Amino acid sequence: MFLLLPFDSLIVNLLGISLTVLFTLLLVFIIVPAIFGVSFGIRKLYMKTLLKIFAWATLRMERGAKEKNHQLYKPYTNGIIAKDPTSLEEEIKEIRRSGSSKALDNTPEFELSDIFYFCRKGMETIMDDEVTKRFSAEELESWNLLSRTNYNFQYISLRLTVLWGLGVLIRYCFLLPLSVCVLPKPKEFLSKHVHLMCYRICVRALTAIITYHDRKNRPRNGGICVANHTSPIDVIILASDGYYAMVGQVHGGLMGVIQRAMVKACPHVWFERSEVKDRHLVAKRLTEHVQDKSKLPILIFPEGTCINNTSVMMFKKGSFEIGATVYPVAIKYDPQFGDAFWNSSKYGMVTYLLRMMTSWAIVCSVWYLPPMTREKDEDAVQFANRVKSAIARQGGLVDLLWDGGLKREKVKDTFKEEQQKLYSKMIVGNHEDRSRS
Amino acid sequence: MGARASHAAAVPGAERIRRETGFSQACLLRLHHRFQALDRNNKGYLSRVDLQQIGALAVNPLGDRIIDSFFPDGNHQLDFPGFVRVLAHFRPVDEEDPGVRDPKQPEPLNSRMNKLRFAFQLYDLDRDGKISRNEMLQVLRLMVGVQVTEEQLESIADRTVQEADEDGDGAVSFLEFTKSLEKMNIEQKMSIRILK
Repeated sequence: MFLLLPFDSLIVNLLGISLTVLFTLLLVFIIVPAIFGVSFGIRKLYMKTLLKIFAWATLRMERGAKEKNHQLYKPYTNGIIAKDPTSLEEEIKEIRRSGSSKALDNTPEFELSDIFYFCRKGMETIMDDEVTKRFSAEELESWNLLSRTNYNFQYISLRLTVLWGLGVLIRYCFLLPLSVCVLPKPKEFLSKHVHLMCYRICVRALTAIITYHDRKNRPRNGGICVANHTSPIDVIILASDGYYAMVGQVHGGLMGVIQRAMVKACPHVWFERSEVKDRHLVAKRLTEHVQDKSKLPILIFPEGTCINNTSVMMFKKGSFEIGATVYPVAIKYDPQFGDAFWNSSKYGMVTYLLRMMTSWAIVCSVWYLPPMTREKDEDAVQFANRVKSAIARQGGLVDLLWDGGLKREKVKDTFKEEQQKLYSKMIVGNHEDRSRS
Repeated sequence: MGARASHAAAVPGAERIRRETGFSQACLLRLHHRFQALDRNNKGYLSRVDLQQIGALAVNPLGDRIIDSFFPDGNHQLDFPGFVRVLAHFRPVDEEDPGVRDPKQPEPLNSRMNKLRFAFQLYDLDRDGKISRNEMLQVLRLMVGVQVTEEQLESIADRTVQEADEDGDGAVSFLEFTKSLEKMNIEQKMSIRILK
């Protein structure tokens, strides 16, 4: 027993020293800069080093693949089939022309071969469509040393495996505990300044490296801030650079706890699920909030659901009907360092946060676009589309007309009717002006 | 999605499917990836609902007919080989000389005849080998919705069946169908090229 005493005290001393070092590091590098909003530039260096390592890793895998005479599986983000963008009319005319020897005049008629157009278009969508792939994480063309994004397991050499193992060690044993230690406690939210500080600390906890552009266009009181939605982290990113009032559904679980804590500090607008269905009620409450100039700008994500950050989907028109100034914000994540997309059908909140904290970093760019207001001859839907296009253009995202709700529901029949209308014109012509009931 | 690696060993029965359909290893991999993406609940097979959820397919007037072609003989589950077998009809025709095909080998799924057969069964609702006037009417109705009156549609259906019908039985058989489309460049119009 006595022999162990000197070792005991040694271990205790070592433990004490390492804990002190850890906390000092925490304080100096994370908490103090967060309070004062200052940065050391260490994270930029970290990013650069990581990028170099990723490029090397991909080269090694390609070499490994070439040795075995195989081709590396490269995911295509733009679709896996060759499509040509001709319209329904042109295609069907083409098909008819190639099939019949008689001279084609423009009389409307039906041909047996018309079916080929719909058949092929249908098959193309089964092989590859614009929407389904937006609800799963974006696939990277080079590997970022996270096993969750690897498609070519069999080409990893020994050196690469060692590197990957090192990466795992660093991420789980260093980044993760760091993040967990630094998480703010919800009970200490007192005022909006403390709010801001806590968001900044969160940002550091997630090793997030954010670049803000055009901060002069930041949302002001009495306005509505709209942004594209990829994950709950969007909120943290925006709120660490400005004061906002949040709008959203009341959630259960971890999110619910956070929401309730936030309400005590600032006036947010939370809704019960049943209230959301009543659009007038929602619109009324938002209008009241917006008209009070002392209240903070509202932060809304009009897509209504998380999309995987390669595209922007239809904006719900509710927030655009109110008539306030809209401040669009584009958020684009760099997927190489860690994919921020929250696939809510695959991961719960806690799993998602764990994945975030064990990624290399969350790197993103935020652009504050100049404010927009609804023009006189524009309706809410057109206004929403205009804002959406601006955000898509700035963020380099694909601008889609599809509804993000397609994640969970089927598409409405009205779209099919449009296709049917187009085709009917070809076989019976325009002289029939049918008024539909 | 990134959590699942889809490489050759993970595709069940890859070798057999390749021989049957003629798809290359790389194409098969991409299609397997797509199959998994469509299979929302990771069941291992696709149901009609999975295909109906594809927005762009639901707006296709013949969407339901196309989905039906994946579930022949009253099946309700579509496994990966079945999925690929149907898609194989749309594989572009190989550039090699088709004249030297071994007659003992089964006809490749993407031959001209098989492509025509596929289109034919989109019209032939009861699969009796003939397109009756009624079936023609029903398919036309699917394609135009409520935009065209019943009389107009009937006259179109009558004319079409009359033009194609040669033996006067009031229906279009498969041979009559192929005859009326003999000048059509089926190989190109019914092909989808998968990027390598």
